[in-house]
Amino acid sequence: MTDTLFRNARLIDPEAGTETQGHLILRDGLIAEVVTQGEAPPDDGFDQIIDATGLCLAPGIVDIGVKVSEPGERHKESFRSAGRAAAAGGVTTIVTRPDTLPAIDTPEVLEFVARRAQSDSPVHVLPMAALTKGREGREMTEIGFLKDAGAIAFTDCDRVVTDTKIFSRALTYARSLDALVIAHVQDPGLSAGAAVTNGKFASLRGLPGVSPMAERMALDRDIALLEMTGARYHADQITTARALPALDRAKRNGLNITAGVSIHHLTLNELDVADYRTFFKLKPPLRAEDDRVAVGEAVASGLIDIICSMHTPQDEESKRLPYEEAASGAVGLETLLPAALRLFHSGVIDLPGLFRALSLNPAKRLGLSCGRLTAGAPADLVLFDPDAPFVLDRTTLKSKSRNTPFDGARMQGRVKGTWVSGVRVDEGAL
Amino acid sequence: MSYRHMHLLGIEPLHPTEITTVLDLADRYAEENRRGITRRDALAGMTQINMFFENSTRTQASFEMAGKRLGADVMSMAMQASSIKKGETLIDTALTLNAMRPDILVVRHPQSGAVDLLAQKVNCVVLNAGDGRHEHPTQALLDALTIRRAKGRLHRLSIAICGDIAHSRVARSNIMLLGKMENRIRLIAPPTLMPSGVEEFGCEVFDDMEKGLEGADVVMMLRLQKERMDGGFIPSEREYYHRYGLDADKLGFAKPDAIVMHPGPMNRGVEIDGTIADDINRSVIQTQVEMGVAVRMAAMDLLARNLRAARGAAAAEAMA
Repeated sequence: MTDTLFRNARLIDPEAGTETQGHLILRDGLIAEVVTQGEAPPDDGFDQIIDATGLCLAPGIVDIGVKVSEPGERHKESFRSAGRAAAAGGVTTIVTRPDTLPAIDTPEVLEFVARRAQSDSPVHVLPMAALTKGREGREMTEIGFLKDAGAIAFTDCDRVVTDTKIFSRALTYARSLDALVIAHVQDPGLSAGAAVTNGKFASLRGLPGVSPMAERMALDRDIALLEMTGARYHADQITTARALPALDRAKRNGLNITAGVSIHHLTLNELDVADYRTFFKLKPPLRAEDDRVAVGEAVASGLIDIICSMHTPQDEESKRLPYEEAASGAVGLETLLPAALRLFHSGVIDLPGLFRALSLNPAKRLGLSCGRLTAGAPADLVLFDPDAPFVLDRTTLKSKSRNTPFDGARMQGRVKGTWVSGVRVDEGAL
Repeated sequence: MSYRHMHLLGIEPLHPTEITTVLDLADRYAEENRRGITRRDALAGMTQINMFFENSTRTQASFEMAGKRLGADVMSMAMQASSIKKGETLIDTALTLNAMRPDILVVRHPQSGAVDLLAQKVNCVVLNAGDGRHEHPTQALLDALTIRRAKGRLHRLSIAICGDIAHSRVARSNIMLLGKMENRIRLIAPPTLMPSGVEEFGCEVFDDMEKGLEGADVVMMLRLQKERMDGGFIPSEREYYHRYGLDADKLGFAKPDAIVMHPGPMNRGVEIDGTIADDINRSVIQTQVEMGVAVRMAAMDLLARNLRAARGAAAAEAMA
């Protein structure tokens, strides 16, 4: 292992909530020393010196809920392409979803996935497993075996376990193993067939909509079940203002609950769909501007803990369809940080706050030691220029699928380098 | 005034003067049709393909007749029976037809936005003959022409639109058009059949039909689809007729000279009383059908002129 010195960086420490000018030393895959006071270390004795003047250095992003389409649809995204995309986007840990074909619901499939990830991806990959077999909501998976095989959390992804008895048993069982359950909060009855959020826009476009209330209803139900079972629970995406008071109450009542939100719901609203642009079709659908603003403030206040990309690769064929028929989801690994910096540039949140939601909180929730900028933490780092402007060209994305809603968008903030366990992994290093 | 678009995909992008342009030309065609001048050559040498991905008799026949009266070669395809059954995507179907170099495509599709999508992929004129719940522009134009001829103007009228507004593309296009022409629009429906966000439409909203019809110059009834009558949206057909069916009593709340419209096909005894539909002093339902042909002639004529101009410009550029 080599010693690396970052000189004159803006050090973003989400744990201390500070941004300070200083230097950082990597050794043996760990952060060895953070120097913020006194003299800069002399140049000699380092194998590599990186002049980070004017750049920010922050703990690498931990992205919960990334879809890598292995097994089943490798033409959409493989561990290799997802890993390269993550490296280009400053994401040092991807936490993958089990909504593959077949679903990752047995230790055997999980081990296959873990092996593929290990050999192909330049960044850390932590797989999640399904909560119920085939994600069908009928029987729970072998949560114990799966956890032993390395499942970091359990989720049926965008499928809601509608049977409350089955869900409560799964939560109870998961609790005994201290396993984290991640749920999609969307009442399946109200949201059936919906392509957009109810409102004037939905009506003008003649598209079937779902009331934002569907999110609160599902969250309320899950909170009641948490009170009953005491499980560790994370709501994957809270995207509406109406769900926030319920989340706040649940936290105050001491339930073991956290919540996330996708970067798309923080930076886009329903009007971006415009003339049936299917790259903006997401699950849950994009919301009204009031909701977007409210969830942004909830991230800043810490009520919403985690920002994720909800990276969902879809090929051109599944998107080039009439809006209702088109597939949902957008890729986000490479645009997560530049898009998140929109919140910083518009004054919603400061940089330490942003990396609390991008790196520290997800690491903490998953029991990982990364996500921190302190001596002894893993050297998973992102170096970026928060101000560099660029126009996103989707053909330059490393993902196999290029269904980004930010094509042609003006972005501000570029990744300059990504380090995983002290090794530079982005293309700039190759 | 002129009409500037390459396609007729909806009322939303149209300027009021463009609407007037279409209506003025349609008025002329309506007169000529009445005088028996039915062979013209505005579309001579042009091929018109009607692609209906959803069942239609009236609209398809109307477009077919309009095309033939203007001298086009008209072909109608029942798309439900053909390639989509074999799994071909809409875009592939469009590209296939486009390769046959048609001049005018008339498209109806059950999905909102599908006609917009198709129009992006072809290089001929596309007319939307109804897409999902989104728009049905020629219906709104023919309704407007009917109103203008009956009332002598198309502004400052009080127009009630009544029925299944939530699922109706006819209602959407009419709300757009009549709003652009500065009319007072009153929407009447049971709350379950009212679109979401309707309070932001700039219309008055009623769930009581008598209040909604008060002082209306025009009463526009909408068709209630059979599949909505089974208790999902309304309790029953008979309760709907009792509360929202147009009969003489309810019509009495509108102005004495109010006209009654319906885009057809009618469900007599569900949304409209048969005697009112047949009352030649009140009902303009047959006129609507007549104006349909004239409006579609006008729309295709104007679009064909733009197409010829665009092709001429492209050819001139290629020469230079």
